[in-house]
Amino acid sequence: MNIEELEQIAESVRAENAKFDYEINVCMGTGCMSQHSDKLKEALVKSVEAQGKKALVRRTGCMGLCAAGPLVLVDPEEILYQHVKASDADAVAASLGAEPLAALQCDLREHFDQQVHVVLENSGHIDPEKIDDYIAHDGYLALLTALNDMKPNDVIQQITESGLRGRGGGGYPTGLKWGMVAKADGDLKYVICNGDEGDPGAFMDRSVLESDPQRVIEGMAIAAYAVGASKGYVYVRAEYPLAVNRLTTCLRDARRRGLLGNNICNTPFNFDVEIRLGAGAFVCGEETALIASIEGRRGTPKPRPPYPANRGLWGRPTLINNVETFANIAPIIRKGGKWFAAMGSERSKGTKVFALTGKITNTGLVEVPMGISLRKIIEEIGGGVPDGHTFKAVQTGGPSGGCLPAEMLDIGVSYDALVKVGSIMGSGGMIVMDDTSCMVNVARFFIEFCMTESCGKCIPCRAGTAQMHTLLTRICNGAGTMDDLDLLVELCATVKEASLCGLGQTAPNPVLSTLKYFKNEYIEHIVNKRCPAGVCNIQAPVEVLA
Amino acid sequence: MTAFTPPPLPSDDKRWKIVNGTMRKNGFARYALIETLHTVQSSFGYLDDDAIRFVALSLRVPLSQAYGVVTFYHYFSLKPPGKHTMTICTGTACYIKGTDKLVAAAEKRLGIPQGQTTKDGQISLMTARCVGACGRAPVVLTDGELQGQMTGEQMLEQLERWAVE
Repeated sequence: MNIEELEQIAESVRAENAKFDYEINVCMGTGCMSQHSDKLKEALVKSVEAQGKKALVRRTGCMGLCAAGPLVLVDPEEILYQHVKASDADAVAASLGAEPLAALQCDLREHFDQQVHVVLENSGHIDPEKIDDYIAHDGYLALLTALNDMKPNDVIQQITESGLRGRGGGGYPTGLKWGMVAKADGDLKYVICNGDEGDPGAFMDRSVLESDPQRVIEGMAIAAYAVGASKGYVYVRAEYPLAVNRLTTCLRDARRRGLLGNNICNTPFNFDVEIRLGAGAFVCGEETALIASIEGRRGTPKPRPPYPANRGLWGRPTLINNVETFANIAPIIRKGGKWFAAMGSERSKGTKVFALTGKITNTGLVEVPMGISLRKIIEEIGGGVPDGHTFKAVQTGGPSGGCLPAEMLDIGVSYDALVKVGSIMGSGGMIVMDDTSCMVNVARFFIEFCMTESCGKCIPCRAGTAQMHTLLTRICNGAGTMDDLDLLVELCATVKEASLCGLGQTAPNPVLSTLKYFKNEYIEHIVNKRCPAGVCNIQAPVEVLA
Repeated sequence: MTAFTPPPLPSDDKRWKIVNGTMRKNGFARYALIETLHTVQSSFGYLDDDAIRFVALSLRVPLSQAYGVVTFYHYFSLKPPGKHTMTICTGTACYIKGTDKLVAAAEKRLGIPQGQTTKDGQISLMTARCVGACGRAPVVLTDGELQGQMTGEQMLEQLERWAVE
């Protein structure tokens, strides 16, 4: 395979597509599939054939607006239909070349116009199970360019220049990490893609893996070339069967095309990727725990240093990046680091994919430039809080993040700005809560999560989260005292300072941020024995018998 | 050093051959433990003592370590599942949309706490930490099939159907 051959493949796909007057893209991500978009696709194929229309019906990945699924996008007019059922197939086929179907049309300019798609540029436009479709959208061009025209150091230079930071939540500069692994001694190095998306309320990685898996593999291959690795692993949650299936297909096709394996594109570069399934442990998102899990052991973290960059998988230098980080690599190499650095805010470059869920009108996946205000994301792109309720808080960063109130909505989304106000960027879950959510109960929910997910290796996390859970439960039940609040704050500090890994160090965040912004709700539970949102089941105080 | 001979298959059940296949593919290396346990669970539905013993012996992993791994990861189950499984997602987005009420309603209807199977072996009630379909919250999995925007009535109807099927 060389660049000319790549272009030939792309050309033949384009020629094949040009035979059709229309392209009907049917979303077949997990969200739409659960509403039987597979049957819809079959029905569309039949209708198109029966009506003799020259239209290509294509399976695609996620189009973002999961709440309005199943979604169908008709090109070249770019008409988006929502809630399409198999019984609508005839009407959709008949509307080709005629007036669009007003009843099904989804007109959400505000939702789409403010988004910038880099990671999601192919999502909803290509068939995730066809490697040639990806190649026709400049796929693998970056890898071949890197292999043929760039030295490993040049690649790292571009990534550093782009200012890309780890999208798993930590925000560590990607170029720096790659440089460390490249400099580490050792003839055998590994590249690991962290797809253990354990944050409840986040599904960006699932969507990327389902919609455009080749992009992640290409990113990994470029990384492997840059750091001198020859073997890669994708660690995916077993709870994502569709993503695992598509990845398996994608790896097989990439090997067939000679884009993985030995002497890729007639260069001395060898690289292959294997899939490893997670088994339902949130802590495995932590890099040392993830490595332990790939080695077939319990996923417990190790103290760092040594960092995986020096001693990782099987004691070898290992590069670990998140799915979304790898998905950013190919466009950066294609368009240059400067192009990427021109987007976003001063210290957080590029775009970020968020999973917008909870009490919000347009739930689904959005990709926005860094630095955009939370208000824009929630009120304009997200369409605000539905059913006449009022906004109360937005939770970012999953169980490690914090709840931000309405006053904070004008901050720009970036790694540093979110940390400053007591939350974190995290992997990109963004959960909107309205006046029907009790913030004390929410804090308890997250602490319960961290408590059950704590691996038990270090005491501050194992015992601390359990004690915090007891205190919060007491407050929720109306039996808390003001002393409990002080104790809670003290425990938060201890768990934060003394825990071994990120899980424990960030576990208190939901409690601290709700205490900071919604203290009145805690006090209401303790002093007046009532839950302002009416969520907690507070019994009338029991008379103490003398 | 004598060559290692893997233990014989526990029975002539064909599924053991699939399990053995996974181990062979990985050269009976210790790191294949989790992979192999996944195969056992997908073939048999759960992991019993015989299975754990067989896998541990085959991969030369101490039994304690194999048991430790099985109990560490939530995905592995030591009990056979019921004929049907209702898995309720309790991720954050589902929680915000009232999934706790679904769990309570299902527990009340079935008379068992989450994580258990009814006495007649018909229905298992499980919870999951986010299945990644938050856009359609609240979500349940009925025998592994994802159903979004679930209401209490819909879920109870399903449970009624399963109680007799």
